[in-house]
Amino acid sequence: MNPAVLIGRALLVAGAVFLLAAPFGLSPRGLQLVTEFLTMLVLALMWNLLAGYADIVTVGQHAFVGIGAYAFFGFLVLAGFDPWLSVLLAGLVALVFSLPVMAIIFRLRAGYLAVGSWVVAETLMLAAGKLSAFGGGSGVSMPVAAVKRFGAATADRYVNVYWLAFALAALALLSTWYLMRSRIGVGLTAMRDSEEGAGAIGVNLRRARILCFLWAAPFLGIAGAIITMQKLRVAPPASFSIIDWTVYVIFIVVIGGIGSFEGPIIGTLVFFVLRELLADTGVWHLIVLGAVSIGIVLIEPKGIWGLLRRFVPGDLIPVGHSPGKRQGRA
Amino acid sequence: MTALLEVDALSVFYGKFRALFDVSLTIAEGEIVSIIGANGAGKSSLLKAIVGQVPRVEGEIRLSGRSMADQTTAARVAAGVALVPEGRRLFPSLTVEENLDIGWQTGRRGEIRRDDVYGYFPVLRERRNQRASQLSGGQQQMVALGRALLANPRLLLCDEISLGLAPVVIDGLYRMLPQIRDRGTAILIVEQDISRSLAVADRFYCLLEGKVNLSGRPGEFSREEVERSYFGG
Amino acid sequence: MAGAWANQIVQGVLLGGLYAMFAMGLSLSAGVMRFINIAHGDLIVLVCFMVLSLAVGLGVPLLLAVAIIVPLAFVAGYVLQRLLLQRVLGQGVLPVILVTFGLSIIIQNALQGTYGADTRKVPAGSIETATIHVVDGINVGVLPLTIFVAAVLLVLLLDRVLYRTGIGARIRAVSDDPSAANLIGLPSPHIYAIAMGIVGITIAISGAFMAVWTNFDPTSGPSRLLIAFEAVVLGGLGSLWGTLAGGILLGVAQTLGGQFDAAWQVLAGHIAFLVIFTLRPQGLFPRY
Repeated sequence: MNPAVLIGRALLVAGAVFLLAAPFGLSPRGLQLVTEFLTMLVLALMWNLLAGYADIVTVGQHAFVGIGAYAFFGFLVLAGFDPWLSVLLAGLVALVFSLPVMAIIFRLRAGYLAVGSWVVAETLMLAAGKLSAFGGGSGVSMPVAAVKRFGAATADRYVNVYWLAFALAALALLSTWYLMRSRIGVGLTAMRDSEEGAGAIGVNLRRARILCFLWAAPFLGIAGAIITMQKLRVAPPASFSIIDWTVYVIFIVVIGGIGSFEGPIIGTLVFFVLRELLADTGVWHLIVLGAVSIGIVLIEPKGIWGLLRRFVPGDLIPVGHSPGKRQGRA
Repeated sequence: MTALLEVDALSVFYGKFRALFDVSLTIAEGEIVSIIGANGAGKSSLLKAIVGQVPRVEGEIRLSGRSMADQTTAARVAAGVALVPEGRRLFPSLTVEENLDIGWQTGRRGEIRRDDVYGYFPVLRERRNQRASQLSGGQQQMVALGRALLANPRLLLCDEISLGLAPVVIDGLYRMLPQIRDRGTAILIVEQDISRSLAVADRFYCLLEGKVNLSGRPGEFSREEVERSYFGG
Repeated sequence: MAGAWANQIVQGVLLGGLYAMFAMGLSLSAGVMRFINIAHGDLIVLVCFMVLSLAVGLGVPLLLAVAIIVPLAFVAGYVLQRLLLQRVLGQGVLPVILVTFGLSIIIQNALQGTYGADTRKVPAGSIETATIHVVDGINVGVLPLTIFVAAVLLVLLLDRVLYRTGIGARIRAVSDDPSAANLIGLPSPHIYAIAMGIVGITIAISGAFMAVWTNFDPTSGPSRLLIAFEAVVLGGLGSLWGTLAGGILLGVAQTLGGQFDAAWQVLAGHIAFLVIFTLRPQGLFPRY
């Protein structure tokens, strides 16, 4: 195996080991940061699945995060359901909502779909602000009793929420990886490269796009539940934050490398490093991210992973292509 | 006889694919020259290279001795090179008249006006306010030819103008070419239909796999000789 | 009571004039270049702040400020298209969305860095409070009426430019088939850039009117983009008169929603859009 691939995979394994050990070694603040990292990774994986493979470039991903947050709050606090069940139901509600949303935005193409998804998200956010049980426009905090059901002690709660985020990220990675290696994934990859190619493989693209959209929704909804457990409140502008759950996520995927499996992982890492470095620069943080993203689209559309790929002959996480061919090259 | 167009050792590349290999040819003022060759021989690439719409070329293309290498398509059209593209390529939502006027606006200022085109093709005058997409194939080809003529070209490039048209319509179009030539415009025609284009041409070049493998006057060669070089037999 | 509703509808129609003006440029770029500029709303807000700087900061008379900004906006539109957007056209769906999206975020944050996050408005003098009494219960503000008339004139003018002039024919030609245009010596990048320059003019005019009629802050762009987008889709893609109708429809939906409950104004516009779009996805006046 090529040494670069070996190094890359060794880094991946090291990362996995670090994540497994994190609850035992990190401070609560560190653990929260890693939890946030995993949540963003899930959002990035899903946006990449939609925009990078399924040709569904949404700017309304925050809608499903917000729906998940509100559903979670509703089941846990208002209905008094079991906390873990509430998390799962948040994913289910997001899935249910994705059906009408899909019926609307799938009538649009390209940039129209992008802005159309934004309209839907904006509408849902405004509608959430009309729910008086959820505190209306200003939102509401989680009651302490509800919070404590995730762990009586603060430290326990951090660990529990961390494992939840870990499980969600692992499931998102593994299942999306599995999806991309299936016939559907091969067809989508072919479509990304050329429309005719996918036709030749004989994958029903419409059905593949529907599957991807429905696939992403529960992950986004559960991510919304985890985010709510961290922020301990729901509010329309925060739970449906376009900056946090869509803008940052798009920058992460574009900078890391859209349409690759490694891209969202690299992008999320870079994003957290940049955020720590640029934390005090105010608006410059987003200006830099925006400018870097435009630069990447113009110069290296496959992002950082596209740059690295010139030195790494194989995928670190093999997707799609025939393994024999890759070994032949490596 | 002065050369209007000189193509000198021209090669055309699409990425790694090379469509033409060191092709040289000349066209004199007032001459009809025919390029024949099978599908994929490089005929359209040659025309696109002359108007400057291929990614990369090597070699020289000169109009009246002046190199056109650094000129944009717009500058070449304004200098007197006009193309009737393969497949006509009219602007479907524009009217006949608007399509024709675009030829005038992009072209070289000269004596051919819209009325001259309507003189050649009276049916276009009747249909001047209809959208190009509503015309028959033959009428569309008339508009495409008229659009190029309104650019007042010194050199008219015709890419497969007979494609998909009824024989009687093609006859009509081909009867026009000597008239156009007699107004002082040199014409380069690209055709797959050998007999049709050789009948009207003063000279011809045969392309095979991106190279010239036969050239001369139509009368100098037997039909068998021409066909042999056409198919590379 | 009926009078109050009638009044709201009139006010809504006038508001729709401003919305249609927001949408005009988006309609043009979507129809000609076939992309949606996600930074469209932010460019409108950028103009608002330029008007603010000139009129309030430097004391330039309002009309002179607009006269300065309009030609600038044409040049800026031309340069933006030629140097940035043209490079990512024809490369599939993603690049142009991502570039205009990045631009949107940059403009918002640059404005915030320069002007702060405060809500602003440009005072327009006595015209702001002047009203015309139509019938009992219906008074029409002179400023909204002016804006509405300007919107109709702008549609008329754009329509004439597109369908009655040589440059209009060239823009439609390139929109039909850019590669055919390139082949016959009509360079599509140049024509596209001119079209984007015209879009810039509509952005400048609508931004100037917005600056004197409504409040704005650096993050006002996206909501303007969404309204413009809704008007374009409701009207039917590529139809300027349809865009005007779409803008009016949204304005009326918003004021009626606001009549019902002030907090419902914006939401009512979005809901009206989603319902009509679901029932009639091709829009009210599809061109094709």
